[in-house]
Amino acid sequence: MTQNTPQDNKALTLKLVVMTLAMFGFGFALVPLYSVFCEITGIRSAIVETDASQVIETPDIDREVTIEFVANRIAGAAWEFEPSVTKMKVHPGKLYSTTFFARNLLDRPITGLATPDIKPAAANKYFQKTECFCFTEQKFGASESRDMPVRFIIDPELPEHVDTVTLSYTFYSQTELASAAR
Amino acid sequence: MSQVDTHSHTDHHDDHHDHGPAKGLKRWLFTTNHKDIGTMYLIFSLVMFMTGGAMAMVIRAELFQPGLQLVEPGFFNQMTTMHALIMVFGAVMPATVGLANWMIPIMIGAPDMALPRMNNWSFWILPFAFTMLLSTLIMPGGGPAGGWTMYPPLIQQTGVALPFLIFAIHMMGVSSIMGAINIVVTIMNMRAPGMTLLKMPLFVWTWLITAYLLVAVMPVLAGGVTMLLTDQYFGTTFFNAAGGGDPVMFQHIFWFFGHPEVYIMILPAFGIISEIIPTFSRKPLFGYESMVYATASIAFLSFIVWAHHMFTVGMPIAGQLFFMFSTMMIAVPTGVKVFNWISTMWRGAMTFETPMLFSLAFVFLFTIGGFSGLMLAIAPADFQYHDTYFVVAHFHYVLVPGAVFAIMAGVYYWLPKWTGNMYDETLGKVHFWMSTIFVNVLFFPQHFLGLAGMPRRIPDYATQFADFNMISSIGGFGFGLSQLLFIYVVIKCAKGGVKATDKVWDEPRGLEWTLSSPPPYHSFSVAPEIK
Amino acid sequence: MSRTILNRLHSAALALFASAFAPAALADWALNMPVGVTEVSKEVYGLHMLILGVCVAIAIVVFGVMIVSIFLHRKSRGVEPAQFYHSTKAEIIWTVIPIIILIAMAVPAAEGLIKVEDTRNADMTVKVTGYQWRWRYDYLDHDIGFYSTLDRESNQARRVNSGTDPFSVENYLLEVDHPLVVPVGAKVRLLLTAADVLHAWWVPDLAVKKDAIPGYINEAWFKADVPGIYRGQCAELCGRDHGFMPVVVHVLERDEYDAWLVEQTTDKVASPENVAATRKL
Repeated sequence: MTQNTPQDNKALTLKLVVMTLAMFGFGFALVPLYSVFCEITGIRSAIVETDASQVIETPDIDREVTIEFVANRIAGAAWEFEPSVTKMKVHPGKLYSTTFFARNLLDRPITGLATPDIKPAAANKYFQKTECFCFTEQKFGASESRDMPVRFIIDPELPEHVDTVTLSYTFYSQTELASAAR
Repeated sequence: MSQVDTHSHTDHHDDHHDHGPAKGLKRWLFTTNHKDIGTMYLIFSLVMFMTGGAMAMVIRAELFQPGLQLVEPGFFNQMTTMHALIMVFGAVMPATVGLANWMIPIMIGAPDMALPRMNNWSFWILPFAFTMLLSTLIMPGGGPAGGWTMYPPLIQQTGVALPFLIFAIHMMGVSSIMGAINIVVTIMNMRAPGMTLLKMPLFVWTWLITAYLLVAVMPVLAGGVTMLLTDQYFGTTFFNAAGGGDPVMFQHIFWFFGHPEVYIMILPAFGIISEIIPTFSRKPLFGYESMVYATASIAFLSFIVWAHHMFTVGMPIAGQLFFMFSTMMIAVPTGVKVFNWISTMWRGAMTFETPMLFSLAFVFLFTIGGFSGLMLAIAPADFQYHDTYFVVAHFHYVLVPGAVFAIMAGVYYWLPKWTGNMYDETLGKVHFWMSTIFVNVLFFPQHFLGLAGMPRRIPDYATQFADFNMISSIGGFGFGLSQLLFIYVVIKCAKGGVKATDKVWDEPRGLEWTLSSPPPYHSFSVAPEIK
Repeated sequence: MSRTILNRLHSAALALFASAFAPAALADWALNMPVGVTEVSKEVYGLHMLILGVCVAIAIVVFGVMIVSIFLHRKSRGVEPAQFYHSTKAEIIWTVIPIIILIAMAVPAAEGLIKVEDTRNADMTVKVTGYQWRWRYDYLDHDIGFYSTLDRESNQARRVNSGTDPFSVENYLLEVDHPLVVPVGAKVRLLLTAADVLHAWWVPDLAVKKDAIPGYINEAWFKADVPGIYRGQCAELCGRDHGFMPVVVHVLERDEYDAWLVEQTTDKVASPENVAATRKL
């Protein structure tokens, strides 16, 4: 409406530059926001350790849920990695243990780390691990193999419509960590 | 070409101005004149349109028949990736920025853009950005081949081209953001007395909203690609599951940018069409205010629909439902726009010069793209459409006979104003009919291919897709050749021809028609009066 | 042995003509989405046809008005342009009607979506892993796992200037060495993941398309009602040979499937190569 003065232009330009920088920051803020969102909706499982001493077992013997164990490796991984049992029928509210077997196929020591995932997403919040090899890095000597334990309990609050829960691990070695997918 | 001509006419019309343009190369390198910069943007965009088009020809030639005849699959993927990047960031966006540079100051009665030196910068970054991007094709390992969407982890297999791709995108982003800031400041601060916001031409309105979209989402893309860079070279794991990251998060970041981006390309096109249809219908634009509100609602909705590009990634059902419903809502304001354009034509007195022909084709064919968009919004059906040629047909319908046709309509509409000469109407019409026929031969069969099960981004296909691919390729070659005619028409017009009157058309509305054709080098040194 | 380019051009021209005027006459020409062989695929097809019908109906009205206007309201007919530019009533009508249509569409779409996502009560689970550039299937209920790669004949013919005419290869690019084998009428749950980059497992006739994401798993399911061979392809760009990793599913009668299972388990013990392959990669 009015012809501009240099001051007007400067003030508005500055505002827009601030908006640009804020949106650049927002791009990065999406990272933690996404994690929070994923945890709430359960689409990605956070690696959370449940304190074993806090767990009170209240088995619901009338209900049976199937737990599937799945092990994944990335292409070319020098691991053998598989669940010792692929399926388990469990009662919610009761602690169970199982193991995953891993063998280092190299003749030098390597360190591995497992990333978990749980499906369906609705079950994520109710799948509590009191012990899991995914909590820490796993060191393997040359050609070493061992069984790695998982101890878990299904919260009896698990939604009625869930009849099968799949626990999946993808096992990465540290070299893959450093240069995954390169 | 046009600029030399503009110059000589400018001297003619505007001899009372003591400082005309500088001479020679310096004029273009150091210019801060909105018309010069607009011209450079348009020429640059045309060069990129032909470059990206040449890549499309490679793609269609390879897909002419099943089996691999011409290129290796790896190179084919580089072609699809570069074609998209160049057309989106090099052709369509700079063309609309060029039109904005030329027309916005004139349409709002301002002497120039608000920040002329920044204007020079925002243009001159582009040739460097695209030289860098194109140079990746001759690097060891070739150019980026992971699609313009750059999804990790695939994009991280790119090789040495990756940082160049990312820096090129940063530069394009900086350029667009500077251009957008300039446009917002110009529109907010430089309007002539009496030019209230709701008196602005619709092209100015759509660009104001587009500029805000650019400022809001280009930085998000910059952030996303920066994370790709640090994942690759600095040991971060934003998108790498090995370190607790998630490749799907990149898709969210990308499409948070990417969906508004498609409106960044189409909103200025809506603006152009809203200028042209009233002129050739000899009737005021129907529902001006609802057009403004519809544009604003489309812009708002564009921020909350992004995940409809990723229905297959395994989202929770509530998320899928939300994105499905919000996407379907976009049909409402888009429908309002189409209905308004048709109501503008209704009981008008239409003539069908080239700009009007392109605008009518835009309304028809963009609407077809809108319909396939509505189909794609239906999530369960999208599981079948997703990543097939149906999607390719959809977005080419909204971008080629959509955005590109609108840009061409705008060029034909304002070319006499820019150059002072009428373009060759016969050749313009020939160009229109060839483009319209071939664009449909090119893209319509792709709907069938997609529905029948042909995935996109493949260099070779099963034999049942052979015939429609051949038809599509023939359409592609025809469409490519037709654009050579466009270049010829533009150059011919720039060089001379029948002198255009100041009004050019029958009683067009808008301040640009109160200036001489071509307009003086510095227009509206004294602000015009708006009634 | 093969049709020449000229021949193909001729048939392409015919197809263009035919598709413009008589789509129904083209039995051989796949113009539309397949109806498929699962309850979900039929529902998806129904949704697709419904929304297509809605779009075509709107298009006829909108384009009809536009075409009438183009013919009647032209200057060459000597008409005087009207000067109206606003009508609140019309604007409200054409905002409200689309909203009603959309709500009517949203209901069946949401119902369909809920069905697609319902992976409960599965009869069997197969883990599908995407690799550059092949698939791996692991039957979680049995000790069976194998890779599924583009068949040799297609793979030879698809090389640049291979000299082999794709038309001479049966199921060019849509054949694999070891297909996924499932019984008819069983609810098959798929767990999808990838070992390198993103992939997507897609079979149009089963209406399943789901991304395979490295480090994470996705769920999908199908229940094929008709025995047969169903073909699809990877649907997420995964690098150089993205176009060359088809998906083939053999749906067998229950007894044939059981025989296949027995064959697989004995084969696996017999063939040390298979065991080694399973362990190494």
